[in-house]
Amino acid sequence: MRAKRYGQHAVLIEVDDLDEVVALHAALLRDPPPGVTAAVPAARTVLVRYDRRATTMDKLVSAVAELPSGAPDPKSQAPVDIPVCYDGADLDEVARLCGLDPGDVVARHAAGEYRAAFAGFAPGFCYLTGLDPALRVPRRATPRTAVPSGAVAIADEYTAVYPRSSPGGWHILGRTAMSMWDTHARPPARLAPGTRVRFTEVTA
Amino acid sequence: MEVMASGALTTVQDLGRGGLTHLGVGHCGAADRDSLTLANRLVGNAEGAAALETTLGGLVVRFDRTTLIAVTGAVCPLRLGHRRIDMNAPVYARPDDILHIGTATAGARAYLAVRGGVDVPAVLGSRSTDLLSGLGPAIVRPGHCLPVGGDAASPPAVDHAPPRRLGASTLDVVLGPRDDWFAADARSILLAEPFRVTPRGNRVGVRLDGPPLRRRVRDELPPEPLTCGAIQVPPDGQPLLFLADHPVTGGYPVIAVLADADVAAAAQLRPGDDVRFRLAVP
Repeated sequence: MRAKRYGQHAVLIEVDDLDEVVALHAALLRDPPPGVTAAVPAARTVLVRYDRRATTMDKLVSAVAELPSGAPDPKSQAPVDIPVCYDGADLDEVARLCGLDPGDVVARHAAGEYRAAFAGFAPGFCYLTGLDPALRVPRRATPRTAVPSGAVAIADEYTAVYPRSSPGGWHILGRTAMSMWDTHARPPARLAPGTRVRFTEVTA
Repeated sequence: MEVMASGALTTVQDLGRGGLTHLGVGHCGAADRDSLTLANRLVGNAEGAAALETTLGGLVVRFDRTTLIAVTGAVCPLRLGHRRIDMNAPVYARPDDILHIGTATAGARAYLAVRGGVDVPAVLGSRSTDLLSGLGPAIVRPGHCLPVGGDAASPPAVDHAPPRRLGASTLDVVLGPRDDWFAADARSILLAEPFRVTPRGNRVGVRLDGPPLRRRVRDELPPEPLTCGAIQVPPDGQPLLFLADHPVTGGYPVIAVLADADVAAAAQLRPGDDVRFRLAVP
């Protein structure tokens, strides 16, 4: 764990992998050290904001280092089951890039046990960790100007569901009818960091 | 009140929506929070009431009833009906009075507060328009009629506020978190050379043009959290200073972060301004 100052009242905690990010973020929510005002996870880092009147960066970093470690209990929460129709425009290309049949790509994607690691890009867009390493492909060389809402896609070590139509460079494997974001719902996002996710194949 | 002209960009802004960053929702809110809160104090509103943020002037509104108003922020000539009025002071608009906010002569963003606040529906706890995430009320356009809230609780406590100096040419920064990703000379360039504000800026951020800040580490950076005031450096070496509508995560290294007190000043930079950075006193 490494700590880097991020402006006057935040510190960026860097860890080794996504699982550690998920564990640290969960620990910060469960047991926030004094003075912590927010914790924002990303791919290898968690930004911890603090109130300078209540703590110092050094005190905070020591407290974070002493947080009980360990990933969140995998059985602590029921997974969100996302139904997917695997008819995405990039299925064949992903199969070719991975040296698999399109059917294998679908089977491997649908077999995965995922966890939402962090959000970004758009409200409700969660980077899900747990992708089969055999499906790891770089982003498309040319992003699409419009990826449809509900697109289920992969890139690098992640999979995700596009919560709304937007430009995007991920490879589209399929689509879901499940809404990922509803501004009027509480909470508005279907997924949040720590949420377990499964994909289930359905036919159109 | 009815909007008759909205200039380059006018949006409804309050102090933003907090606590949703982990769901991919940025904080948003007034780019220059100091000017928003001042405008609200001048009309006796709560500091975080929703007001109009207009960019480089050009906002024209008509009031349909007697309304206490105040304009703060970027220096703009103001006309209410046939008379000139002053910034940083509460003024009563009478029914059918038309307020003209002219072209800004210093600073970039002016704030029009109305007593009672702009009473559009709140979205996730805020009336702010977030240009990046698309949340909040629509961008304000000519023809829009904006509701004004009921009379605020307290009478205004002040009747004039001293104007703030705008166009601060030096902003304080804290180095890091990724200053070690840059070539040895990048830090000294950042802290010594002037950077020019380009016209390609908006509420997401200010794009700067100056001697390139070259990278030492060429690895791809996994997405990291971003904040208001973060100075991110894409591969072309030209810094991007994030404002209120910044993305919540980004994939380029942040070389330094503005001191809190200077974020409002950064939001008043206008294209063509030169800005310098210096180390904040810890």
